[in-house]
Amino acid sequence: MRHEFRVTVGPTGFRIGSDWKQPLDRLAALYRGYPAPEIPDFTVRLFARRHWRRIVRPSVTIGGDYMLPDAAPLSLAHGLLGAEMGMNLQMALGQRRYLLLHASAVERDGKAVLMTGESGAGKSTLSALLGERGWRFMGDEFALIDLETGALHAFPRPVSLKNEAIGLFESDVEPCRLGPRMCDTPKGDIRHLRPPDDAVERMAVPAKPALLLFPRFGHAPDVRDIGEAEVFVRLTQASTNYVALGEAAFHALSTLVQTVPTRAIDYPDTQSAIDTVERLWAELAE
Amino acid sequence: MSDARLLIRALTDPASTAVLDADGWTALIAMARGEMLMGSLAHRLDGLALPETAARLCADALRSADHGRRQALWEAEMTRRVLSPLGEPVVLLKGTAYVAAGLSAGVGRSIGDLDILVRRDALDAVERALIDQGGWEWVKEDEYDDAYYRDHMHELPPLIHKDRDRMIDVHHTVLPLTAKPTPDAESMIAESAALEDGLRILSPPDMICHAAAHLFADGDLAGGLRNLWDIDRLCRDFGGRDGFWTALGERADRHQLAGPVARALRLAETLYDTPVDGDIAGRGRAGDTLCVRRLLARDGWGREAHKGLRLAFYIRSHWLRMPPVMLAKHLWTKWRKD
Repeated sequence: MRHEFRVTVGPTGFRIGSDWKQPLDRLAALYRGYPAPEIPDFTVRLFARRHWRRIVRPSVTIGGDYMLPDAAPLSLAHGLLGAEMGMNLQMALGQRRYLLLHASAVERDGKAVLMTGESGAGKSTLSALLGERGWRFMGDEFALIDLETGALHAFPRPVSLKNEAIGLFESDVEPCRLGPRMCDTPKGDIRHLRPPDDAVERMAVPAKPALLLFPRFGHAPDVRDIGEAEVFVRLTQASTNYVALGEAAFHALSTLVQTVPTRAIDYPDTQSAIDTVERLWAELAE
Repeated sequence: MSDARLLIRALTDPASTAVLDADGWTALIAMARGEMLMGSLAHRLDGLALPETAARLCADALRSADHGRRQALWEAEMTRRVLSPLGEPVVLLKGTAYVAAGLSAGVGRSIGDLDILVRRDALDAVERALIDQGGWEWVKEDEYDDAYYRDHMHELPPLIHKDRDRMIDVHHTVLPLTAKPTPDAESMIAESAALEDGLRILSPPDMICHAAAHLFADGDLAGGLRNLWDIDRLCRDFGGRDGFWTALGERADRHQLAGPVARALRLAETLYDTPVDGDIAGRGRAGDTLCVRRLLARDGWGREAHKGLRLAFYIRSHWLRMPPVMLAKHLWTKWRKD
């Protein structure tokens, strides 16, 4: 393809080819300091379905080793998003080495907090905030659970901050860590935040899952127990490859559910959420 | 190298990958994935010293193929449970048949839908059993497509299982009814062999006839390298058996598939160095070169190359499948719906 960019995120290498330069320049800025793989695990392609669409009202189609049949094309202004979606797609459909959980994660002293929940629950924002306050950011999108050891591997992509969450960071972090603001995407406004340097430098270091949280934004502060069976089922739903991995995934997930303390937490604002995480960490994490 | 010869060399001579650099491996893996041959490639490379990443990706592919095999066999078993009370022969086709019979074509093969062949007279009963008792349901609700399948195709409109999300294609013959050759499906079922569990597989010559029909008389050669690899493996499994090649010649004639079978053998020999019987493969024909070019049309990014050639084969596949007036009507209806 005309343009190419390579990047390693956690244990996985990507090669992204593009008909246009712009999305890859933006990617390169966002992923500054990340290593590049010699042989990538996955290939992503951003291309114009018809030749003239490269120039006239450019429209970015997402392809790669693993594809969804009817993914809608994006405008070139959202090309960066296309690259990110393409990488997510490879992980969701192609990754067979780890159990993938749709979860964010942060680490301290070799132990990790996993946060999962529906879109909008705030797991992404929360992990990014903790990453700015003494925790190592391990990822805001996918948590990779090792099928043999149960260890958590980091996947620290740049955080995609959405809508109101963007304002929480704009004044506090160095401007060079922020990507361009993309308006009116399918998920509203999006702006990427490059993780702190230590998150990238130590991304190959796994951690032991020590606390599992189901955060929920917009409610009075509350902490609840959840039964193991419910946790198990919710995590199967939060996994993109649980079915595809078969028995190995069942064992890895069972072990996780049986050994890691779990709570559902409600929070009205970010400070309350951070306080709750710190408190539960002190009480429960072993 | 900018076409799939890289992949073919790795499949036929795994040790040749020793000379690949990082870019070579990158291209090889993208091609293998694009052609749905990553599992087969990983099996071929098993035991060789590979670069760390390549070894890791092969291990993933092996795991994935192993799981795919288990899922395919489970799907066949679920179908068997629903259909066995009918007392009808149920013949497994393609990937599921290969893994069920333990053939080398099944090793590492990716398997999508479950394909079965039943008697045409049994079609209604099979359809009813799958929907009423089995939990399958229609994929499309489109009236034109549905009627088209029922009137002109060799299979029911695809059904999908509502819990397991897996598709089943129920065939009553191996080519569309509108195609020129009319394979003798009844005799394919009569000659099929029972597996331990009562499900059946085609006889070895019929397996190759079906694979060739699928490749040349039905499809536009998209993903053809995988189908041709099946044919290569089948020929290697069966080619040494007494009387196999004679039987293949006879069966190909009977199914009016002598042309496609001959071409499949020639191309398999050209690309995969398959040991074939020269009498049945026949002399090279003008179209072979174009077919080879079409089959090799895959670049190091895993993209299909040669757009024009691909289009030509797409049109050809429709041309072979239906008479011209019908083709015009069909494309018109499809175009208006788009």
